[in-house]
Amino acid sequence: MTRTPRRNRRTLQVAGVGTAALLALSACSSSDSDSSSAKSASSASASASGSASTKMSGTVTVFAAASLQESFTALGKEFEKEHPGTKVTFSFGGSDTLAAQITGGAPADVFAAASPKTMKIVTDKGDTAGTPATFVRNQLEIATLPGNPDKITSLKDLTKSSLKVVLCDKTVPCGAAAQKALTASKLKLTPVSYEQDVKSALNKVVLKEADAAVVYKTDVKAAGSKVQGVEFPESANAVNAYPITLLKNAPNVVAAKAFIALVRSAEGQKVLTEAGFLKP
Amino acid sequence: MTKVDASDAAPATLVAGARRRRARRWGRGVPLPLLVPALIGLAFLLVPLLALLVRTEWHDLPGQLSSPAVWQALKLSLLCATAATAVSLVLGVPLAWLLARVDFPGRGLLRALVTLPLVLPPVVGGVALLMALGRNGVVGRWLDSWFGVTLPFTTAGVVVAEAFVAMPFLVISVEGTLRAADPRYEEAATTLGASRFTAFRRVTLPLIAPGIGAGAVLAWARALGEFGATITFAGNFPGRTQTMPLAVYLALQNDPEAAVALSLVLLAVSIAVLAGLRDRWMSAG
Amino acid sequence: MTGTYDVRADTALDGLDARLIVERGAFRLDVTLGVAPGEVVALLGPNGAGKTTALRALAGLTPLTGGHLRLDGEELDRTPPESRPVGVVFQDYLLFPHLTALDNVAFGPRCQGAGKAEARARAAEWLDRMGLADHAAVKPRRLSGGQAQRVALARALATRPRLLLLDEPLAALDARTRLDVRAQLRRHLAEFEAVAVLVTHDPLDAMVLADRLVVVEHGSVVQEGTPSGIARHPRTEYVAQLVGLNLYRGQADGHTVRLDTGPAITTTEDLAGPVFVAFPPSAVTLYRDRPTGSSARNLWRCEVAGLETHGDQIRADLTGELPLAADLTTVAAAELDLHQGASVWATVKATQTHAYPV
Repeated sequence: MTRTPRRNRRTLQVAGVGTAALLALSACSSSDSDSSSAKSASSASASASGSASTKMSGTVTVFAAASLQESFTALGKEFEKEHPGTKVTFSFGGSDTLAAQITGGAPADVFAAASPKTMKIVTDKGDTAGTPATFVRNQLEIATLPGNPDKITSLKDLTKSSLKVVLCDKTVPCGAAAQKALTASKLKLTPVSYEQDVKSALNKVVLKEADAAVVYKTDVKAAGSKVQGVEFPESANAVNAYPITLLKNAPNVVAAKAFIALVRSAEGQKVLTEAGFLKP
Repeated sequence: MTKVDASDAAPATLVAGARRRRARRWGRGVPLPLLVPALIGLAFLLVPLLALLVRTEWHDLPGQLSSPAVWQALKLSLLCATAATAVSLVLGVPLAWLLARVDFPGRGLLRALVTLPLVLPPVVGGVALLMALGRNGVVGRWLDSWFGVTLPFTTAGVVVAEAFVAMPFLVISVEGTLRAADPRYEEAATTLGASRFTAFRRVTLPLIAPGIGAGAVLAWARALGEFGATITFAGNFPGRTQTMPLAVYLALQNDPEAAVALSLVLLAVSIAVLAGLRDRWMSAG
Repeated sequence: MTGTYDVRADTALDGLDARLIVERGAFRLDVTLGVAPGEVVALLGPNGAGKTTALRALAGLTPLTGGHLRLDGEELDRTPPESRPVGVVFQDYLLFPHLTALDNVAFGPRCQGAGKAEARARAAEWLDRMGLADHAAVKPRRLSGGQAQRVALARALATRPRLLLLDEPLAALDARTRLDVRAQLRRHLAEFEAVAVLVTHDPLDAMVLADRLVVVEHGSVVQEGTPSGIARHPRTEYVAQLVGLNLYRGQADGHTVRLDTGPAITTTEDLAGPVFVAFPPSAVTLYRDRPTGSSARNLWRCEVAGLETHGDQIRADLTGELPLAADLTTVAAAELDLHQGASVWATVKATQTHAYPV
């Protein structure tokens, strides 16, 4: 948590240096883009941000998965700086909870989910405008105590009975991904707890109650020195894609599109990869 | 035959009497400024529960409930809530007595501190418990190194978490009853040769039994519905620490229908238990 | 522990010997009590005089801030209440509502270590002595006031106390039951061989039940003596009112007592120096007009301040030259056309007054 302000400062510095270049950068990203659907979305947003200097204002409400908290907060600040008169408000939470809130009529402009499955809840209800696009991917990593005192080097090491390991519950994306990796490598792992979300799982290691947890790379990064990350090859089998979309009943379409464009721009991707996300 | 008639007649007249009394009470008229908010309040409390019933997919219900995981979670919930209530009684009643009957400096502050778990978000309570009783906690560290006891991720941990949030209810209820009870009964007992403890056990305890019962019911209900502190402190593992509220929450993530079904089971069981206890305990008071 | 205490400590080995000092804020209780075994002493005084505090101090429920407390030669100052050989009958009895009459009485013996059966047998015996054998299984709320009082007495006596304390033992009863219960209580107290102290604000209760009265006002003993002695020679306004006498204080010079407030009273006694003069309200005769042929030398002009019925008598409260109470029949009151504010002449025969040195 203490890392968040530091990260913001750094990001803002970056933003400060590259303020002039930002629009050009986002234009760059649209030309870099190879998928056709993404291209159309980006070009649309690029034109929106082009006209933004004159008429963009008001609040953009972004519902985003909890794992995006640090990077999206930074991007929000950048966005507000770039477009004076706008304000970005976030609601971070479990993707499922957010999806339920959106289908329940919550007034949001943008939804960024931690898995296609949770995004599907919203698209199935017809609450999205356009097709959701994957903007980052997240890979699993083992979080161990600082210094890795139990010498954990592989997923298999976690099956030792002397270790207290926590996983995410199968019902949440990080748990489903971990299960996928375990199944693929034919390992049987009995954790001490199936946590309700990835942050709880990580916290058990931060508080030294558990010896290890299988969490996202981004979470390990965000925890800084409180945990130590151990990569494992099986995580390649369970990479989570994060889709982002404009919502059908978005009150502020113009600004929302501009925010999505920022997230998908090279600058946005830079912030996200620094937080540990993989490019889509 | 006549005997049967007589025994039938008695309850009949009783019922009639009760009905007459009730009719008279209604007849006197309930003031509108009380009646309207009262009914709104009632609706406010009951409509969400009714909505749960209305939205239940009844034909799926038997399937949902036949899963052994549901019964495992229910069994664990009842066990832990009861154990947490027992812990609250053993520790909370003496604490309530201390707060109500012994004059010492800082009593007011202590009374406020005791109720703190009521205002603390349960998740924060869970984190606080981890910091105190966790493997690396202030106290837990010694529990681990001296006795090899670690509470997180165990059923005992669930009981600890539930007792932590439920005990204040009991303490407040019992303390209130104690303060209302005449302390001179204890004095009378001591003049008869009873030590303060004997006076408490043989005189005060029976006198405040209704208050203890009410407090225990509150604590039990609170423990049964406990979620935040439990999942934070004890984690979530089926059969060991996964109580009904945890199962409901996780089911809600990807199978809302199952969550509704589980909630219904929890509701039905708690209504049955609470209704039973209320008649037994609260009528005495 | 020796020497500096008063001599009685060494001589009076039996019975109660106490100096109770309790200081609580502005209130100070300082009462010296000596009671022999078999004697019944009543602490008599108005509300707030400190009687109940004295009783609680004897029972150990209120700690002493000074003085001493000895019972049959044993120091009890520091003994906790449960270890004192003291039995208490509380004002509203405080019978344990969840226990039957029998178990209430058996409570004390149980606490003293008797087995359940033995304690109950002893309790049954006590209830029997109180004539309550039939009510053993009854819970207190189903007992009448008089019965509850007897259960409370049985409960206190069942611990075989050497000091029995009774706090307003009859105050909770209605007038009719009070008469019966008072007589019974008197019998039981007469049988009781150890020290008994009762607290009351009712002079009749005190006089019927006690061998000796100790009058407490404002935390101190103001008068002490037998009921008849106190009735004849009250030393404070309060006591005089209690026993129904008009009481004045003045300087005697032969048969005349010049009161501190001005007027003089002629008495039969021949005294000198500070004295009390007392006469009963029934000794006062009232006239509408100044009596001419009356031989009474004590004649005062008064005004009626209040009237109240007192049995079949009317008690007139008079102010004026000499404030006094006068009793007269309803017929006389009607003939005199007494009403509030009416002015009257009051006379008292010297033979009906009583003067005694302060």
